[in-house]
Amino acid sequence: MKQVQSAIAHAGVSLADRKGVLGTLMLAPALAYIAALVAVPFFLAIGLSVSDATVGDPAIHHFVGLRNFVRVIHESAFHFGLRNSMIVTFATLILILVLATAESELLARDFRGKRLVQILLILPWAMPVSLAAVGWLWLLDSEFSPVDWLLRTAHLLGPGTLFGPANHLYYYGREWVGIGAIIAINVWRLLPFATIIVLAGRTSIPRDIFEQAEIDGAGFFRTLFHITLPALLPILTVAAMFTALLVFGDMTIAALTTRGGPGYTTQLLPYWAYLKGIEGGALSEGAAIALFLFPVLLVGAILALRFAYRTESA
Amino acid sequence: MVLALRRLIFYVMLALFAVFAVFPVIWMVITVFKRNVDLYNPNNNPFIYNLPPTLGHLEFLFTSTSYPTFLWNSAFIGVIVVIITLLLSVPAAYSLSRLVGRWGERSGIAIFFVYLIPPTLLFIPLYQIVSLLKVANTVWSLILVYPTITVPFCTWLLLGFFKSVPREFEEAALIDGCSRFSAFLRVALPLALPGIATCIVFAFALSLSDYIYAAVFVSSTASRTVSAGVPTSLIRGDIYYWQSLMAAAVIVTIPLAVAYGLLFDRLVKGFQSDPGAGEKSAA
Repeated sequence: MKQVQSAIAHAGVSLADRKGVLGTLMLAPALAYIAALVAVPFFLAIGLSVSDATVGDPAIHHFVGLRNFVRVIHESAFHFGLRNSMIVTFATLILILVLATAESELLARDFRGKRLVQILLILPWAMPVSLAAVGWLWLLDSEFSPVDWLLRTAHLLGPGTLFGPANHLYYYGREWVGIGAIIAINVWRLLPFATIIVLAGRTSIPRDIFEQAEIDGAGFFRTLFHITLPALLPILTVAAMFTALLVFGDMTIAALTTRGGPGYTTQLLPYWAYLKGIEGGALSEGAAIALFLFPVLLVGAILALRFAYRTESA
Repeated sequence: MVLALRRLIFYVMLALFAVFAVFPVIWMVITVFKRNVDLYNPNNNPFIYNLPPTLGHLEFLFTSTSYPTFLWNSAFIGVIVVIITLLLSVPAAYSLSRLVGRWGERSGIAIFFVYLIPPTLLFIPLYQIVSLLKVANTVWSLILVYPTITVPFCTWLLLGFFKSVPREFEEAALIDGCSRFSAFLRVALPLALPGIATCIVFAFALSLSDYIYAAVFVSSTASRTVSAGVPTSLIRGDIYYWQSLMAAAVIVTIPLAVAYGLLFDRLVKGFQSDPGAGEKSAA
C-alpha cells in the first residue's frame, strides 16, 4: 500500500498537482451551489431581520437595528411559540431517545421476516410530512377519531369516566392536548430516523463484548446499562442533535393540525415566522423570528464539528 | 423457560413498535373505501365496514380533483432534481473521499449537518431570490431550491460508499496509465453504483416530501406538488374529502415505504461510515 503510493508519487509531481486540481474542480460545483442557495440566503436572512422589508417592498433599504427583534419578542404569540417549540423539542427528544434505543436493541438481532418489519417500522419516516399531518388530522378528528372511539369502548371517555364528561377529547382544540398531539406526531415520524442512527452505533459494538458479558453471567439490564449504553453514548448525542434540529425547525405539523390555536396557545416559532413573514407580509419580522432558530443550529454545528475533530485526533 | 420468555417479550415489543408505526396508516387505508354514511356515524365501529366498501372516493380523487396534476408535477420535479443532485454530489463525494486530503474524508458529519439546516430559516430569503429570478409560482422555483436538501444528503451518503471502495483498484488503474479522472469514471463509479441507486431513491423522496418551499413559492394549483397540493387544494374551506385525502396520502406513501424499507440496512451503514460511529471499532 505504502509502496504503491510512493510509486505514484515518484511518477511525477504533475500527478500530485492534478490530484489537487481535479479534486477542487469536482468539488467546486456542489460548493458553489450550496454557497449560493444556503449561505447567501442565510446572510440575507440576517440582513432582512435588521431591515424594514415587506412583501410589497422586499428590497433591503433601511437599516433599522434590532427594532424587529424588539417588536417580535413583545408579542404573546412569540412567547407561546418559543415556549411550545422548546417543550415540543425537549419532550420529543426524551421520548425518541428512549424508544430508539429500545427499538435498535430489537433490530440488532436477526429474526424471520425482518425485511417486512423494517418496511413497517420505517413507514412513518417515508411518508411526506404534510401527508402524515393530514393523516393525523383525521386520526385525531374532533368528532370521528377512532382513538376516541377506542377510549369510549374501553369506558375511559364519556360521561362519568376517567377522561371527563365529554364524548370527545378535541385534540387540536385544546392547549395541552394539542401540544401533546404535536409531540406524538413528531415522535411517530422521527422514531425510524433516530432508530437507524442508534442502530448504526449498536451494530458496530464488537459482538465478543456481549458474548463475554453473557459468559460472565450478566443479565439483560446489566449488559444494557454497563456495556450497551456507555458504548452508544456518542451516537445517541448525534441522534439527539439531528432529531432536535428536525423537530425545532418543522412548521408543517403545526400548520396543518392545530394551526397554532386555540388563540396562540399551540403556536410554534417556525410557523409563527411563516404567518408573520409570508401571510402577514412582514418579511423582516418573519426573518427575525426565524433567526431565533439559529442558536439551536449553532449548538448542533459545534457538536458536529467536535465529533469530526475528535475522531480525527483519535 | 427463561429463553422462551425472552423470545416472547422480544416479539411482543416488536409487535408494539410495529403497531405504533402503522396504526395511523391502517386507519387511513380503512377510511379510503368507506361510504359517507358509514364514516360519519360516531356510533359505528370505525375499524370495520358497516356498509360495503366503495371505490367511489378513489375515482373522485383521480377524475374530479387536481391530484393527477400534483402527481405529475412531483414526478417531473423529482426526476430533474435527481439528475441535478447526481451531477453535483457524485463528483463532490469522490473528491472529498480521495482527492482533497484527510479533512475531506472526515467531513461527513459536517456535510450531513448542512442537510439539517431547517428550511424555515431560509424560506423567506429564498422566496426573495426566487421572486428575483422570476421563477416564483412555477415548478422551476422548486427545482432550483430542492438540491439544497438533496445535495448534502446524497454527498454524505456517497462519501461513505466511495470510502468503502478499496483505493488499490484505482491505484492499479493509475499504474496502468489511466488518468485520475478516468480512474474515477471506469473504476470507482461502477463500484459505487449501489450508492448511486440509493441516492436516486432519496433525492426523489426528499424532493417529494418538502412542504414549506412548495407551499410558500407556489400558489397556483397547476404548479403544486403532492405535498403542498393535497393539504391545500383538496381541503375546500370547511369541507374535508377525508376518503380522497387519505387515498392521496396512502398512494404516495406505500411505494416510498417499501423503497425506504429495502434500503434500511444501507442507511444504517451510511451512518456507520461516519466519524463518531463505526470507524473507531472498525479500526
